[in-house]
Amino acid sequence: MSYSDNTHGEAHHGEHDDHGPAPGLMRWVTTTNHKDIGTLYLWFSLLMFFIGGGMALIIRAELGAPGIQFVDPMFFNSMTTMHAIVMIFGVVMPAFVGLANWMIPMMIGAPDMALPRLNNWSFWIMPFAFTIMLSTLFMDSGGPAGGWTLYPPLVLQMGDSFAFVIFAIHFMGISSVMGSINIVATIFNMRPPGMTLMHMPMFVWTWLITAFLLVATIPVFAGAVTMLLTDRFFDTSFFSAAGGGDPVMFQHIFWFFGHPEVYILILPAFGIVSSIIPTFARKPLFGYDSMVYATASIAFLSFIVWAHHMFTTGMPLAAELFFMFSTMMISVPTGVKVFNWVSTMWRGSMSFETPMLFAIGFVIMFTIGGLSGLMLAITPADIQYHDTYFVVAHFHYVLVPGAIYSLMAATYYWIPKWTGNMYDETLGKWHFWISTIFVNVLFFPMHFVGLAGMPRRIPDYSLQFADWNFVATIGAFGFGFSQLLFVYIIVKCVKGGKKATGEVWEGARGLEWTVDSPAPYHTFETAPVINESTLTR
Amino acid sequence: MVANAHKLVAGKMLLLAVGMFGFGYLMVPMYDIICEITGLNGKTGRVSIAEANSQAVDEDRLITVEFVANVNSSGAWEFRPNVKEIQVKPGELYKATYFAQNLLSVDVVGQATPSVSPSAAAPYFNKTECFCFTRQEFEANSTKDMPLTFIIDPKIPHNIDRVTLSYTFFKSPEQS
Repeated sequence: MSYSDNTHGEAHHGEHDDHGPAPGLMRWVTTTNHKDIGTLYLWFSLLMFFIGGGMALIIRAELGAPGIQFVDPMFFNSMTTMHAIVMIFGVVMPAFVGLANWMIPMMIGAPDMALPRLNNWSFWIMPFAFTIMLSTLFMDSGGPAGGWTLYPPLVLQMGDSFAFVIFAIHFMGISSVMGSINIVATIFNMRPPGMTLMHMPMFVWTWLITAFLLVATIPVFAGAVTMLLTDRFFDTSFFSAAGGGDPVMFQHIFWFFGHPEVYILILPAFGIVSSIIPTFARKPLFGYDSMVYATASIAFLSFIVWAHHMFTTGMPLAAELFFMFSTMMISVPTGVKVFNWVSTMWRGSMSFETPMLFAIGFVIMFTIGGLSGLMLAITPADIQYHDTYFVVAHFHYVLVPGAIYSLMAATYYWIPKWTGNMYDETLGKWHFWISTIFVNVLFFPMHFVGLAGMPRRIPDYSLQFADWNFVATIGAFGFGFSQLLFVYIIVKCVKGGKKATGEVWEGARGLEWTVDSPAPYHTFETAPVINESTLTR
Repeated sequence: MVANAHKLVAGKMLLLAVGMFGFGYLMVPMYDIICEITGLNGKTGRVSIAEANSQAVDEDRLITVEFVANVNSSGAWEFRPNVKEIQVKPGELYKATYFAQNLLSVDVVGQATPSVSPSAAAPYFNKTECFCFTRQEFEANSTKDMPLTFIIDPKIPHNIDRVTLSYTFFKSPEQS
């Protein structure tokens, strides 16, 4: 198997002897193999996707008609809060880390991640963190219900289970920071000769920048929630006006983390789409350099736009103008990216396999979400849109047919490499089309009710919003249940199917396609030769 | 050697992470300083009586100052301004009082926090003395008239002709 010819194995002799995974369940607990850990991350986020999705369906069921139907308002509030926490920290982030684990070493030609034991830790913290987080729902004082943004003073009125929420958030943060440190070390230190920074696949580039964002912002969030914790239990007054603190200050600290965080949730998606579109357009990525610079610009700008989440807190005009224009500036590098994806497809020999469908769906629907974001950036308009369903429509368009579609595209694109089997193409196409129809039925009407003034995070609403809410609820159940098809396709592919070749896709370029399918347990134990044919650009 | 390179990168990144954790806390004093300079969040200024007396009075302008009182849900007070609004000339020192009664039959300590609206007026609204500067101790069921003296800087923008000074009375957090 693989490239392990062991000519260099003095000290590591025996350890590299073509061995596969350890037998039994302990393989998964003790593994330091980047592919195993990637797999664990991906299964974990799939499980969390259904937990978070179930919460979304409870929310939509309640909102299917005006009045209180199924759940009491307090539980509704903890559902909206938990849904966000689970989807952000339990689905999108771990899934991207899982893809990074699987693909980055194979894409740059490294044998494993730089710090394999740390890698094991990064993953295994997550199930504990989420067990603690979800367990608060069953405690006497209930789960967090003040929104995932944890604004004081509301969040400080929560019962004692608040301590568990903060503890779980700290664990998630530690996991993300460790994972990111590992990714940076891998990319900086483990590239073979010839794999220069400006020759790395786009997915590696976007993850490198994302990792820096994570290391720079997660600790700020950790600090903010620690202040909440001491305010709640140890009589400090960071955010309590009674002791001279200021609740608005929390919003500044939170969004200083929170805005880069939303780019953490989308930059790796840009990398995935930038890998998939060239493959199925059978052309190299258009404007590679500008893609790299655009990603870096977006990351930089993400640090100076945070207060656009706070236009209604009463900032002076100068600050409102600054944050409005800096926010609008982000659409320039993002526009460069969309332009480059379209230009990559231009006059390409395109074919429309499932990963390509999801990637094109991403480009179109992410752009819709981006445009509504531009509308929200306009300060005077935002004062009208703030905290309405228009905001909900906006961020769900960039996160569901955005980030989640990129994850599905990535799954279809690389699953033949992971399992050695082709997935069921017919079912994959069905999955795409059903999802795409329902996701628009679900989220598009939210623009209308939002512009009409329906507030978010409230279990009841005025009668005039009833029709579109009912439509959105139909979309939600349609989209939710069509994801069972996704699981079926994955399980079917893992169990068997048409054997995949090493290259898998006709137009695929890059090192990961030069190894067998399924990828051997150890790859690139000797550095591969980098040349024109193995580079993505 | 390779392992050392990994440790170096990991160490630097860890340093960045720890530094950013500290930066999160550094944002607290930074926030106060920025609020003080810009008058954001209605944080009012404080001047000495000597400074206040040295300011020239602008006889041509009259600004209405409204007084508002709130009690936070943590406390049990009767709390109101003795006069709801007064007309003031910029540059002249004025005195106002708030009335407070402890509605509990135990001793309590309260703390008032001020806020000025519009926030553009806050940097020009200066106090020489205020009951909000210190903690207010109340014996069971006792009442108090609490004073403040303030002066509006004559440099206050001309479009402002009405300023609202609002106080929220809290139970002091140390004795909760």
